[in-house]
Amino acid sequence: MTEMLPPALILITAAILIGPFKGYLRVFVLLAAPLLTLWAIWQVPDGVVTTMPFLNYTIEPVEGSALRRLFATVFAVMVFICGLYAFRVAKWYELAAGYAYAAGAIGVCFAGDLITLFLFWELMALFSTVVVWCGGTSAARAAGMRYAIMHLFGGIILKVGIEGVGVHTGSFDIQQMLATSFDTWMILTGILINAAAPPVSAWLSDAYPEASPTGSVFLSAFTTKTAVLALILLFPGEGILVWVGIFMIIYGIIFALLENDIRRILSFSVVNQVGFMVCAVGIGTEMALNGAAAHAFAHIIYKGLLFMCAGAVIYKTGFSKCTDLGGLFRTMPLTAICGVIGALSISGFPLTSGFTTKTMISQAVADQGMITVYLLLTAASAGVFLHAGIKFPWFVFFQKDSGLRPKDPPWNMAAAMVVFSALCLFIGIFPETLYQLLPYENNYVPYKVGKVLFYIQLLLFSGLAFFLLLPLMKRTLTISLDTDWLWRVMFRKIGEDTFNTVVNVGTIFENKTQITIGNLGAFAKRHLSSSNNQASFGIFARTWMIGTTTLWIVVLLTLYVLVYFI
Amino acid sequence: MIDPKEQDVWLVRPSSIRIMWRFFWMILLFTVLAELVIKVKGFFGFDSWIGFGAVFGFISCLLMVLFAKTLGIFLKRDQEYYSKDLKND
Repeated sequence: MTEMLPPALILITAAILIGPFKGYLRVFVLLAAPLLTLWAIWQVPDGVVTTMPFLNYTIEPVEGSALRRLFATVFAVMVFICGLYAFRVAKWYELAAGYAYAAGAIGVCFAGDLITLFLFWELMALFSTVVVWCGGTSAARAAGMRYAIMHLFGGIILKVGIEGVGVHTGSFDIQQMLATSFDTWMILTGILINAAAPPVSAWLSDAYPEASPTGSVFLSAFTTKTAVLALILLFPGEGILVWVGIFMIIYGIIFALLENDIRRILSFSVVNQVGFMVCAVGIGTEMALNGAAAHAFAHIIYKGLLFMCAGAVIYKTGFSKCTDLGGLFRTMPLTAICGVIGALSISGFPLTSGFTTKTMISQAVADQGMITVYLLLTAASAGVFLHAGIKFPWFVFFQKDSGLRPKDPPWNMAAAMVVFSALCLFIGIFPETLYQLLPYENNYVPYKVGKVLFYIQLLLFSGLAFFLLLPLMKRTLTISLDTDWLWRVMFRKIGEDTFNTVVNVGTIFENKTQITIGNLGAFAKRHLSSSNNQASFGIFARTWMIGTTTLWIVVLLTLYVLVYFI
Repeated sequence: MIDPKEQDVWLVRPSSIRIMWRFFWMILLFTVLAELVIKVKGFFGFDSWIGFGAVFGFISCLLMVLFAKTLGIFLKRDQEYYSKDLKND
């Protein structure tokens, strides 16, 4: 067995070098490291490649399989595009944090055991928090703190589960399990927190839009999709995931419909899209798992593209709300075209990547005869077109003329967007290239005339609904309450109230004590204090008769002797 | 900023929007009529009815928008809702 270092180390090294290196050298590191990682990823053979001792255990930092390489590949591609997109605008520490964050994701991809998985998992949590903080505003600092708390909390839950599994089964290997015991439930919960599952989906739409325009591109790719990978590896066929996924899908659509901030719309649609994958993992058939993996691959690309378009708009205009934007297609034609391609892909329009991957999930559901789930997924496909497919490009690039006349972004940002747009179309037109990389043998045929017609009909009539209901879609200067209200307002209020109560009780107690102490003081003054006056009445200052003193000594000695003998 | 002499592009002129709407209706009609020739092979029987995708897509979008609007009555808050709280600190 040839031992091999984890491919993630390349990106970790790059993250360390980004700071000290300047100018062209830094750009070289930024662009070469992901390509080198990509090469390393494809050198990883199937099975456990590397083992090493860690504490009293043997861990497996590198284990290969088609599924692991697929996720690592798209992560590496994403890092390359992020580097290209961000290098002129982003601060060096944001880039370094972003690369370390991506290294965590690639580390998780090849983790052969739960300990390695946990270590890289926490690496992601730490550096993604730094990426959020790089937003640089006070809102970003606060959101980053909430994000960190949520992910460290999730990490602890995951760790409890991992330790439980280790203790009860004696093995930390990554293998299929079902949520049947406390330990496995903890692992599932820990992973689902990262997947932005209910009831904590709100962390995603809270944190991602607060990052810098470049930071949110990094954030869009890794955390939720490593969670999907972990679910595929650990919990394929776990029935509850079907309904968790359905909830996420509907939640994403409804909240995106109510939202005004463009990056928050995209964040909700991340939850929505991850819902499709989670649901597919719950189905657990080979077709469904292929669908989940393929959809994650396609999703990272089109969602990265959409976040890049949003980032370009925010970078050029300084605005991030639908109410401030509009009509930008006039002066940002390239961004508008890329945005439309990304939006069509996320909607699963034929000839785009989303169609070739999302319909695979629908097919897997239909094969299992799950009518309700199938109809909900189909309705959700229509809903995705509604909330992301039309809403995003419409309110940013078309609708009213906002009067803004920004230019297209610099060449590097444009190049990154064009590459991803091309990939969206490439996967849509030549899906076999992606299908070859899937974990299981795949004989799914995406393009059948009837199916294409069905989806075109579904999507175009959703478009009709959008334009007819446009008066209802008018954007307002509002946010929507989410479950994070519980910890941002209610728990905080309870905490503040408890604190105030404690302070009040303390003050009362203090006052009482002061009164008592004051009284004692006065008492002491009266009875204990000495004074220059020999005739003082203080207990310790009084003059005692010799006889009394002797009597006391006798009593004390007697007591001592008694106690000693007893 | 807007140049006062700037002529608005074809895409946003009211006349062209009318043309686009007509074109859109025609495409919609065409996608439904195409089912007379192309058979949509559904999974459960009822999803191969003519125009099922159209009706299902439209109605589910309608319901989702209405549901979101209703939920919005309870959930929508001023955009300063949380930041106001921060300023009070």
